[in-house]
Amino acid sequence: MKNQKCKGMRDLLPQDMLRFRRIEDTFRTCCRNWGYQEVRTPTLEYLYLFTATGTLTPSMLSKVYSFLDWDGWSGERVVLRPDGTIPVARLYIDNLSEQELVRLFYVTNIFAFEGTGKKNRERWQCGAEFFGGAKLAPDVEIVLLAEEVIRRLGISNVRLQLSHAGLVKALLKEFNLSPAEEAKMTNRILEGNWQALTKAKSTTPEVDRLMAALLGLKGKSSSFLHNVKASFPKVSRDFKSSLEDLLSITTLLDNLSCSYEIDIAAIHGFEYYTGICFQFLAAGEKIGGGGRYDKLVPLMNGEDIPACGFALYVDPIMKLLALEKEKKGKSGILVKGKELAPEIIKACFAVAESLRDAGHSAELGFTGQEESNYRWVILISGKEPSPFVLKDCIQKRRRDAASMAEILKVVRGG
Amino acid sequence: MKDYQASYIKLALPKGRFLSPTASLLAEIDVGFEGYSDKAKQYRLRSARFPSLSAKILQEKDIPIQVAVGNYDLGICGLDWVEEFLVKYPAGALVKIASLNYGEGSVHVVTSAQAGITSLDELAARRNDCRIVSEYPNLSEAFALNLRMRRFRIFPVWGAAEAYPPENADLAVLWGRSRAHIATQGLIPLEKLLPVTAFLIANRESLENKDLSQILMCFDSKLSAEPQTPIENELNIRKELKIPRPSWPAKEINLALPDGHQQASTAQFLKQAGLTLQGYSEEGVSRRPSADLDWLGIKVIRPQDMPLQVANGNFDLAITGEDWLREHLCRFPSSPVKKLFALGLGTVKIVAAVSQEMPATDIDELRSLVQSNKFAHLKVASEYINIADKYLRDNHINPYKLIPTWGASEAFLPEDADMLIDNTQTGKTLEQHQLKIIDVLFRSSACLIANKDSLASSDKKEKMKFLTQKLRAGLK
Repeated sequence: MKNQKCKGMRDLLPQDMLRFRRIEDTFRTCCRNWGYQEVRTPTLEYLYLFTATGTLTPSMLSKVYSFLDWDGWSGERVVLRPDGTIPVARLYIDNLSEQELVRLFYVTNIFAFEGTGKKNRERWQCGAEFFGGAKLAPDVEIVLLAEEVIRRLGISNVRLQLSHAGLVKALLKEFNLSPAEEAKMTNRILEGNWQALTKAKSTTPEVDRLMAALLGLKGKSSSFLHNVKASFPKVSRDFKSSLEDLLSITTLLDNLSCSYEIDIAAIHGFEYYTGICFQFLAAGEKIGGGGRYDKLVPLMNGEDIPACGFALYVDPIMKLLALEKEKKGKSGILVKGKELAPEIIKACFAVAESLRDAGHSAELGFTGQEESNYRWVILISGKEPSPFVLKDCIQKRRRDAASMAEILKVVRGG
Repeated sequence: MKDYQASYIKLALPKGRFLSPTASLLAEIDVGFEGYSDKAKQYRLRSARFPSLSAKILQEKDIPIQVAVGNYDLGICGLDWVEEFLVKYPAGALVKIASLNYGEGSVHVVTSAQAGITSLDELAARRNDCRIVSEYPNLSEAFALNLRMRRFRIFPVWGAAEAYPPENADLAVLWGRSRAHIATQGLIPLEKLLPVTAFLIANRESLENKDLSQILMCFDSKLSAEPQTPIENELNIRKELKIPRPSWPAKEINLALPDGHQQASTAQFLKQAGLTLQGYSEEGVSRRPSADLDWLGIKVIRPQDMPLQVANGNFDLAITGEDWLREHLCRFPSSPVKKLFALGLGTVKIVAAVSQEMPATDIDELRSLVQSNKFAHLKVASEYINIADKYLRDNHINPYKLIPTWGASEAFLPEDADMLIDNTQTGKTLEQHQLKIIDVLFRSSACLIANKDSLASSDKKEKMKFLTQKLRAGLK
């Protein structure tokens, strides 16, 4: 058998894990510095948690890994976590809703079936959620936090795109579709099919004009939204209030010198979002996204708590990180015996332990490891008066050593 | 690389409802098979006209999966079973070619007056749990997801879905001849999901690589891309339906009795026990027979479905087979269902059998064969997939693949499966199909099962005891 790995699954090899950990460590550090606390939710959740909000599209829900547990005779299905936010919202409602304001972050895998074989069925994401608090400041906070993580990872040429779920919904209302048509159209837009809307028969030339302005132009500052506001005085109240919301966020981002583009149609999959939505693009790929979801917690039978959050997608980010060559030969030490006699092996373990106790990384060499990969090599002969030979792989020198103390002194100094 | 040109073409033909119209169609287009009739004695058929064409008669439900896995190049079966498969495996190896334009009725979503649901919008807005019972669990799930139903549970059943609402389900997804036909069962049709016509289906790889043109050309005159629904059906939708509103008062104790071939012997047993029933005799079976005990509610459902229904408290007691109880407990080991006693009726053996050609006389020899890489996977056909799964694991057979069947597993051997796990009374049928038994897993007879919580409930305890004792008296 050549390959025994499950279809759609992916192994993370040592080189991948170096990148993975770098993303995770950067993300954790940033989140902690902003006052977020780490949580972890279980891999299995009840399926109804994801259907109950009525916000996820049927096509997304038809790709979840759901099944009956060994005690599932009641027909209650469980699911491999298909989304990061909903389980964290559940965790918040179950445990932390007493607190007025909660900032949480997580690193998790999510599962979704993918039939084309081009994407993984298990994906990793780093997410942060902000429960409670007023609007505006948290919206800007999550954008800036996500932006900081990306910046610290050293990813360049990143585009931040902004849209607004309330604005999209209000825009859709302008078309006066029947409830069934509107639901269908919402599903299409959520799947990124905006052409369906542009093809739909609009009610008035005014709506056509609005569509052209919103879909055709990409604003680079809050001025764009001021222009939209001034050009369309007759839009609905819902549209106006969403526009105002986006306007105040972008004004604040302008003041904080955060650059972005406003692209109403760029964002899809904003299923539970109600306010601002944003996404980060790098090298043509979406590397993260988030937004405000004020109705999710109440829809999950929690209190009427506003919330917002984002997730960064580890898999595409991993591809963007330049892999630093692991600088071996810098601190790694190889400890090997001259022969495989029991007393020599024992001495090898003891020496390695002393080195590790002193804060060095020490690898035992019983087979023919390439010595040039290490900074130091300690050869143990066990023969007095100098039972150790210390090789300096950079200076290409070797010296005899009589004691552990002598080795530590040289290694520390080197 | 397979030599597609030279190979035989295999066609899967349905048993049951579509058998006789399919036989007429095949005769008409001159692809006739001798012996494809209701009285067919064997499953394997050969075409008189095309020497390279062979066919096998299968349960209709088995046909989509058999065509998808490539055991058959072409198949004919109802659109309901095709869609039931495709909705779960849309990117799979099954391709719909065209409707053959015969068939009857549609798959409907139905409810009952008592459930208090009058429209799909109400269903979508509903916040509490909705129980959906169906022979089509995949179509049911897709329906619920498309409607964005908030919370639902699906109970797959082998049959008799119409018997479940309103007490045991809020919705049923089932076949009905027409809306009027559904209404006569006291049910309200909410939505028509799809018309049930016979469909010609193909395996994707066969269609892409193999020359099936000769056969497809024969069907040419009969093919139509759009299924034609009888006009009468459409008219019905506009007609106001008069739906009878029978009242089914809640009973203290609920008993499930089997339909099908277990019915006659169970009725006989109940008579011996002195339990008089109306509507559960050879002259006629009602889904809701009545007893001379006013606190006892009775429903007639499939024995396969009883353990799950008893576990969920829809019934307190049921007469089913020990095989189906074990099948349920293999899947749900901690289920609150308990066997009270065996009735000793209709005893069968659950056996593992292989082709007489197979050089193995017991399971240990078979294991050695599998270990010697004689099979890529040991393909095991069974009606009892959970029993089969556990049996194969316990016997360290590895690797294996399970092929779920809806009865008559013997038809699968030897071409489409290497082994079967099924029930047999005398073993004669197996012998007729050149099969041999290599292991007897257990013996099974009809038995009385109970919900453990009902047995312990202070409200039900006394009446449960009374009824159990009465039934026990029926044992000879």
